[in-house]
Amino acid sequence: MQWLDGLIQGILLGGLYAQYALGMALMFGVMRLVNITHGDLVILLALIGISLASTFSMGPWSVLVVLVVLGAVIGVILQRLILNRVVGADPLPSLIATFGLSIALQNAMLQIWSADTRSLEGGAIVHASFQLGPLFVGVLPVIVLLTATVLTGGLDVVLRSTRFGRALRAASADVEAAALTGVNPKTVYTGATAIAVAILGFAAVFQSLRSTVAPADGAFQLIYAFEAVIIGGMGSIWGAFLGAMALGISQSIGFRIDPGFGILAGHLVFLAILALRPQGLLGKG
Amino acid sequence: MSAPLLSTHGLVARYGDFQALYGIDFEIAAGEIVALIGANGAGKSTLLKSIMGLLRVAPDMVKLDGRPVGGTKPHRIVAEGVAIVPEGRRLFVGMSVIDNLRVAIDHAGRPAANGWTLERLYGLFPMLKEKQAVPVQSLSGGQQQMVAIGRALLSQPRVLLCDEISLGLAPKVVKEIYQSLPSISEAGTAIVLVEQDIGLARATSNRLYCMLEGRVSLTGRSAEISREAIGEAYFGGAHAVA
Repeated sequence: MQWLDGLIQGILLGGLYAQYALGMALMFGVMRLVNITHGDLVILLALIGISLASTFSMGPWSVLVVLVVLGAVIGVILQRLILNRVVGADPLPSLIATFGLSIALQNAMLQIWSADTRSLEGGAIVHASFQLGPLFVGVLPVIVLLTATVLTGGLDVVLRSTRFGRALRAASADVEAAALTGVNPKTVYTGATAIAVAILGFAAVFQSLRSTVAPADGAFQLIYAFEAVIIGGMGSIWGAFLGAMALGISQSIGFRIDPGFGILAGHLVFLAILALRPQGLLGKG
Repeated sequence: MSAPLLSTHGLVARYGDFQALYGIDFEIAAGEIVALIGANGAGKSTLLKSIMGLLRVAPDMVKLDGRPVGGTKPHRIVAEGVAIVPEGRRLFVGMSVIDNLRVAIDHAGRPAANGWTLERLYGLFPMLKEKQAVPVQSLSGGQQQMVAIGRALLSQPRVLLCDEISLGLAPKVVKEIYQSLPSISEAGTAIVLVEQDIGLARATSNRLYCMLEGRVSLTGRSAEISREAIGEAYFGGAHAVA
């Protein structure tokens, strides 16, 4: 029973990780841009959300709307100001630029919000649960998982069958050829980063409802997002979702083997997949 | 000849410190097929890249309808009505045939009254219709070339630049592709053909330019230029016609 519970909790945890991973799948998996600030942006949005909630006594769902819109705006600024200058075949410039930005962001957040851990007040829903056979399942984690599923499906449809999605896939396959077919790569990349950071708005709200956030926490979100994308296979949106599930389940089962082993179990599964199936679960070739 | 649709004027292009083109004067009118021949490294592809905005050139060096467009970003040049079938095809790997074509349709310039539609393209290359759901990387070289040409046509070009479209293809396929060119130019589309096969280039084109070491070494009506003159202009013989 303990293991079944571990599996269910792992899937639910995977729902949160999927929300970190989707934007990463878009930026790293599809655009091949390494964005080290990915996790810091979750934390930044979460802290802004927490401040908004306490200053204007906003409920979590209004905060969610604000953060998604704000995320999109931050994405546009990030791409226009920094990433469009470093995007290219070589991943190193984007890595270095965003690594610097990550440090600056963390310090700015420390300055503004201090190192205290904070969380978002969500009311009754945070503690609500229902019985599923012999197990108790939290309502909030189920909402998180459903949201992640809808976001993944939506993003997949956008990539597959919209003008924007085709342009983004074309630019990712061959940016010069895409430009020679009429695509403006910078516009397309800006749209993609806006979507990626907007999704982090969801992650920020759910992260700060479920647990706590502090300015230096971004590294965890970053590494989980990277791992989920690589487990799932570069460029595959549903792959990132599956990768997030694999990570959540391994951590949850690992935690039940030994409380200190949870996080490490996730990393070990990541390393095992990297060794045995480097193209990822849904990756080709 | 009527007023040129696309022209270059003393076009100079460099890759870093290396100067690749030394003042190219080139022009093409609507409905014309002009061949661009020359040895490897003569600057043919560089000329096409300069026209498409992939290399930095001064505005006045490239003119479309007499307006300066040199150095304009590639996606804007496409919207202005110049499209390219790039060397090596450069298809969007991982995407289906129809999605490759749709990218062009999505971002096409102003369609002419007799613009290119999928139906018209399928009439030209029926294979594209049969294979529309197939990922482009699983097609043969010739079929991929047809996708590349189709993609360029769906951008609704007034000028179509073709960079070595026969390279690496079986003679039968080359013939099939070259047979499609007259029906493209009949509608008024100008075609610039970069071609290694001099006989094919001469037979297909109205006029030709021969390039040598970044300069135009010979130009004239394809039917009137002798093979000897081309040979000299191609390899830089002592009597090359300037």
